[in-house]
Amino acid sequence: MFDKERIAEIKKEKERWEQTTLQDWTKQCNERKEDFRNTSNVSIERLYTPEHISSLDYIHDIGFPGEYPFLRGVHATMYRGRLWTMRQFSGFGTAVQTNQRFKYLLKEGETGLSIAFDYPTIMGYDSDHPMAQGEVGICGVAIASLRDMEALLDGIPLDKVTTSMTINGPAAMLLAMYVAVGDQQGVPRGNLGGTTQNDNLKEYFAQKLCIYPPKPAVKLTTDIIEYCTKHLPRWNPISISGYHIREAGSSAVQELAFTIYDGITYVESTMKRGLKVDDFAQRLSFFFASHNDFFEEVAKFRAARRIWARLMKERFHAKNPRSMWMRMHVQTSGCTLTAQQPLNNVTRTTIQALAAVVGGTQSLHTNSFDEALALPSENAVRVALRTQQIVAHESGATQTIDPLAGAYYIEALTNKMEEKTFEYIRRIDEMGGAIVAIEKGFFQKEIADSAYKYQREIEEMKRTIVGVNDYKIEKEETPIELLRVDPKVEKEQLANMHELKQERNKKKVEEVLGKLRRSAEKNENLMPVIIESVKAYATLGEICEELRQVYGEYKELIII
Amino acid sequence: MEKTRKIRVLIAKPGLDSHDRGAKVVARALRDAGMEVIYTGLRQTPEQIVETALQEDVDVIGLSILSGAHKTQFPRIMQLLKDQELTDVMVFAGGIIPQEDVADMKRLGIKEIFGPGTPTKDIIRYVMKNLPKRN
Repeated sequence: MFDKERIAEIKKEKERWEQTTLQDWTKQCNERKEDFRNTSNVSIERLYTPEHISSLDYIHDIGFPGEYPFLRGVHATMYRGRLWTMRQFSGFGTAVQTNQRFKYLLKEGETGLSIAFDYPTIMGYDSDHPMAQGEVGICGVAIASLRDMEALLDGIPLDKVTTSMTINGPAAMLLAMYVAVGDQQGVPRGNLGGTTQNDNLKEYFAQKLCIYPPKPAVKLTTDIIEYCTKHLPRWNPISISGYHIREAGSSAVQELAFTIYDGITYVESTMKRGLKVDDFAQRLSFFFASHNDFFEEVAKFRAARRIWARLMKERFHAKNPRSMWMRMHVQTSGCTLTAQQPLNNVTRTTIQALAAVVGGTQSLHTNSFDEALALPSENAVRVALRTQQIVAHESGATQTIDPLAGAYYIEALTNKMEEKTFEYIRRIDEMGGAIVAIEKGFFQKEIADSAYKYQREIEEMKRTIVGVNDYKIEKEETPIELLRVDPKVEKEQLANMHELKQERNKKKVEEVLGKLRRSAEKNENLMPVIIESVKAYATLGEICEELRQVYGEYKELIII
Repeated sequence: MEKTRKIRVLIAKPGLDSHDRGAKVVARALRDAGMEVIYTGLRQTPEQIVETALQEDVDVIGLSILSGAHKTQFPRIMQLLKDQELTDVMVFAGGIIPQEDVADMKRLGIKEIFGPGTPTKDIIRYVMKNLPKRN
């Protein structure tokens, strides 16, 4: 970006500065540490200058928004045109209760829904399964059949609101229920918009909510991608997720590299079905965390877009620029929230939200300040949503596109993130791909090591966490009011299930489940028969159990 | 001379939640402190946890749960330990256990509850200090 002569002059001037001004100053004020590093183990230099980015070619490496390599954003006008979608992950208790929370959030200005399911639903167990005891409606909403989904979406027009569903193992079943409610509302399938997380690979090493072994799980993921490509053109069939990788303890660069590698794997598995990359790649979406180091995060989001664009173009030979878009959802980092002095979390979330926006996200969830203690209360959720609105309307961050571009530090860090990601991609390629890496415990070990290192740094006071290892208070402030899920929820849900099983056509249920099993054994795309099954009110647990019989269950590889 | 027996600890994850970052970090810290640590992996039933405790002849059990299912899971585990006459095993817990539930959990016989942000050295110190005497 600068001519060689100018760079040489800058270098010389910097050396002069180091020997004079800097040296004089450090005599009276030495630096606080010998080595400054970010979570990705990049040594951060004292000062960044044009020298650090002298090899960057503006047109080739940075470019313009809406154009390859999309570093500056996927859209030509970014937030000057449209703000990101403010989407708060939400769900607890019964479908009726969560439906009320959804309506509250929409009234308060939220622009998209995001469903949190309870653990039994996520694991493919009905609310009346023995493993579900004590968990029904606790960490999310209990959805065991189409009847629950009907109650959850009651009065919400599915042609106007888009919905994100955090669901993986049973993603096909929950998507089928959503499609069924759309059919009931008379919404053409082509108008249904939303996202299923449907990223099964990261389950084995990050979120760890796996039902089936990796191969059939990737098969189910690919079924959804294929089905949506053909029948649900506005649906994002997958949200390739780094969020959980980061929450499990990875560094920023591990989050980026492992997520992108999962993405590579899904592109390959879908192309093996005979689909062309340009048929489906534009609907692939991504999901990242935004942690505390503002600059590392901004660099990560920017690098993510350029890496993905380059991979799609060079590795998969995509032609359509939209196939090279990395569209992302970001959530502020739950694991950075502290139970101590919880109001401080509002500040953390604000910094993280700003990083996501400066990094160019398409959609954002901000955590509530009480989430290290419980599911968020209504008051805390409002503050979280208001944080996004303040960033959007008051901070000025939305006035220009990619506002930190060209900053020596940011561009140097963006390059570093890309370089380190490609190193991981090469290693995993050499290992034989993502499934082999999972089976070997490679990802698991990398993440566990980073998590342990992070904790050690806190305990050895190499990393300050305000209110936790420093700036503590003797007595915590008056307890904030927390949301408690009524224990009656489980009873109510069991009664619903009992009623459903009495009322539905048993013979029809048996028929569709038999059909499902035969279809699975023949290795067909299961989406059509799963839609048929949920419409017959077969329960989530019944459908998942049928597939457990065919695919077996995943047995955890334990690595500490 | 007989070698000193290492402290044997079982770190267990009851319930369906999959947040194992804390459990693994604690397991590793206890191991680095010289203890013999067995980690169960995710989604263990109370029966499986108690069975492992019995088989592995542990001195200490650390339970980790973040989903809110502690009110269902912990009483069962404590009852099964009693049934197996494992009452000399010290049980501690960690994760997200609301303050208002702590007293109830302690009444069940859980010795201590470590919330988010607890330094692992506090847990190590606690285990060393409160280790049950073995006959």
